[in-house]
Amino acid sequence: MLADKDRIFTNLYGYQPWNLKAAQARGDWDNTKALMARGQDAIIDEIKASGLRGRGGAGFPTGMKWSFMPKESKDGRPSFLVINADESEPGSCKDREIIRHDPHKLIEGALVAGYAMRARAAYIYIRGEYIREAETLFAAVAEAYEAGLLGKNACGSGYDFDVFVHRGAGAYICGEETAMIESLEGKKGQPRLKPPFPAGAGLYGCPTTVNNVESIAVAPTILRRGAAWFSSFGRDNNKGTKLFQISGHVEKPCVVEEAMSIPFSELIEKHCGGIRGGRDNLLAVIPGGSSVPLVPAAEIWDAPMDFDGLKAVGSGLGTAAVIVMDKSTDIVRAIARLSYFYKHESCGQCTPCREGTGWMWRVMERLRTGDAAVEEIDMLQQVTKQVEGHTICALGDAAAWPIQGLIKHFRPEIERRIAENAREAAE
Amino acid sequence: MADRHIEPDTPELRARWGGFAWTAENAEKAKEIIARYPAGRQRSAVMPLLDLAQRQVGAEENTQGWLPIPVMEYVAKQLDMPIIRVVEVATFYTMYNIAPIGRFHVQVCGTTPCMLRGSDDIMAACKARGLKKGHTTDDGVFTLTEVECMGNCASAPMVQINDDNYEDLTAADMTRILDELAAGKQPKTGTQLPGRHTVEPAGALSSLTAMAAANHDYRGEW
Repeated sequence: MLADKDRIFTNLYGYQPWNLKAAQARGDWDNTKALMARGQDAIIDEIKASGLRGRGGAGFPTGMKWSFMPKESKDGRPSFLVINADESEPGSCKDREIIRHDPHKLIEGALVAGYAMRARAAYIYIRGEYIREAETLFAAVAEAYEAGLLGKNACGSGYDFDVFVHRGAGAYICGEETAMIESLEGKKGQPRLKPPFPAGAGLYGCPTTVNNVESIAVAPTILRRGAAWFSSFGRDNNKGTKLFQISGHVEKPCVVEEAMSIPFSELIEKHCGGIRGGRDNLLAVIPGGSSVPLVPAAEIWDAPMDFDGLKAVGSGLGTAAVIVMDKSTDIVRAIARLSYFYKHESCGQCTPCREGTGWMWRVMERLRTGDAAVEEIDMLQQVTKQVEGHTICALGDAAAWPIQGLIKHFRPEIERRIAENAREAAE
Repeated sequence: MADRHIEPDTPELRARWGGFAWTAENAEKAKEIIARYPAGRQRSAVMPLLDLAQRQVGAEENTQGWLPIPVMEYVAKQLDMPIIRVVEVATFYTMYNIAPIGRFHVQVCGTTPCMLRGSDDIMAACKARGLKKGHTTDDGVFTLTEVECMGNCASAPMVQINDDNYEDLTAADMTRILDELAAGKQPKTGTQLPGRHTVEPAGALSSLTAMAAANHDYRGEW
C-alpha cells in the first residue's frame, strides 16, 4: 500500500483548511521560483521522464503533450493552457476533491505547466454543478494573486502568468477538449474537427493545451521529488500515483490516492471494506467511468488497476472511477441508465450519435424488460458498431462501449429476460 | 439531447422583464467577468453573465431564477452578439433554466452510481412529499428534476438543491431536508452519514490518518 508520505493529495479529505497558509504549511508554493528557474525544457523533460500519463481518461503522455506547444510565437499569437475541470463522467469524483480541498496544488501546477509550455494564461474550466467548489477555486486564485504568486512577475520568476476560472453550465460534452474550447469562446459546446489540433489552433485560434486537473495538480510535486520518485510506482508504461474513486456496492465507497497498478482486490479490501456481501457477491465492475466496458467479477479480481492491465481485460482505466456492482444489481438496467445518460448528453452535432444514442437507449429499455426479439441483440450490437468511430468526438464511442461490454458478458441474461417475457405473454 | 422547451416570448413576458437591467452590484460583477477574457473576445463572458442574470431574476422573484427572452437580449446587447447566439447557449446548457422555476430546485441524481446506491428511494421520497419530476409544486416552493451524474459518486446517492449538495442520502434524510427547507431552515449540507467527514472511507481512515488531527507536513519523511 502507498505510504502516506508518498501521497500527493494529503488534504484529500478536507480535514484541514484549503487556504494558502495551510497549503504552504503542507508544502505547496514552496520556492516555486526555483522550480521555474530550471527552465522550460528541463521541466518538460522531467515530466516526460516521470512517465505521467494524462489523468482525464485517454492517458496521453503529459510531458509529450506539453512539448507540442510552440517554443516561440512567430506571428504574435499567445499560447493558452486550458485546465479541464469539467468532471462529468459518471463515477468520476476526484477533481472535485482536489478543487475543494487542495486548490493550491492545482493553481501552482497551472503556473508551472503554463510556464513550461510558454502559455500566457490558464483558464480553468470547472463544471457548472460544482458551485461551492468553484467558490473555493475563485477564492484560492484570488489568494494567489494577493500573495504575488500569480500575475505580473509570478512568484518573483520574472514570468507574467494569469489564471482565470470559467464555470460551465451543465454539459458533459464540454469535457471533450475542443468542445471545451468552443464553450470558453462563448458558444455551444460542440466538438471541432481535428486537425487542426489545439496545439496549433485552439482557444481563440491560438496554440492551446488542454489538461486534466489531476495531471496539472501533480506536476509541482513531481518536480520537487523527481521523476525517479514518481516512476517508482506502478508498472512500466503505467507510472505514478493516481486518485481512485470507488462507488457502488462496496462497504465503504471512497476516493483514495494509490499507486498505479494496485490489484483491484487490494484496492477494494484495503480502502473500501470489501464488496458488499463478500467477494462471492461481486457481479461486475466498470473500472474507469461509464465510458469503458464492464468487466465480470472473475476477470477483474486480480487485474492491476492501470492502463494496460484493464486493457488486457477488455476495458480501460479511464478516469479510474471504479463502479462496483454486486449480484443484486439489475445489470441491464445499470447499462440502460448509462445509455440514457449518453442520449441526454449527446450534443446533437453528428447524426450517428444524435440519433444513435436515443435509438440505443430505447432498445436497451426494451431489453431491460425483455420486450424484444432475440435477433435485436445482434442488431443493437451492429448499431453500436455503426455509431462507434463515426462521430467527430468520442461520445459516440463512449455510448457504444458499455452496451458492447454488456452484450459480450451478459448475453445469456438478456436472452433469459426475452424468453421469460415471451413465456409470460403466452400464459 | 435533453428535452427542454423555452418559455414563449409574449407581451406579458416583455411587460414583466423588458426593463431588466443589472443591479449596481451585478453591473460591477459583469464588468469584472468581461475583463477575464481578452479584448474583443467579450463573447466568452456569455456563460457567466447568463448565470449572473439568472441569479438576479431569481433574487427578484424569490425563486431559483430563470432566463426570460428579454433578459437574454439584455446580455446579448452588452456583449455585442446576436440574440440567437445567446439563446443557443441558454438552451444548450441545462443549468440555464429557460422556463419559470420554483424556490428550490431539487435535482436528484439518477445516473448509475447513484442508482446503485438507492436513488430510486430518494426519488420516491420526493414524490411521496408531493413533488413531481419536471414540475413545480403548486405553492411554487419545489421544482423536481432528475439530473445526470453530478460527480459525487463516492458519497452517493445525492441531491443538489440550489447551490448545495446533500450526499449519502437515505429516503428519511431526503424527507427531512425538504421539510426543513420548506420551513425556512438550512439543513446540514454535504454528507448526511453520521461520522463521515467528506469522501473518506466511512469509519476508520485507511490512509492519511495524521491529517485528521493536524495539518501534517509530510516533507520531513520524504
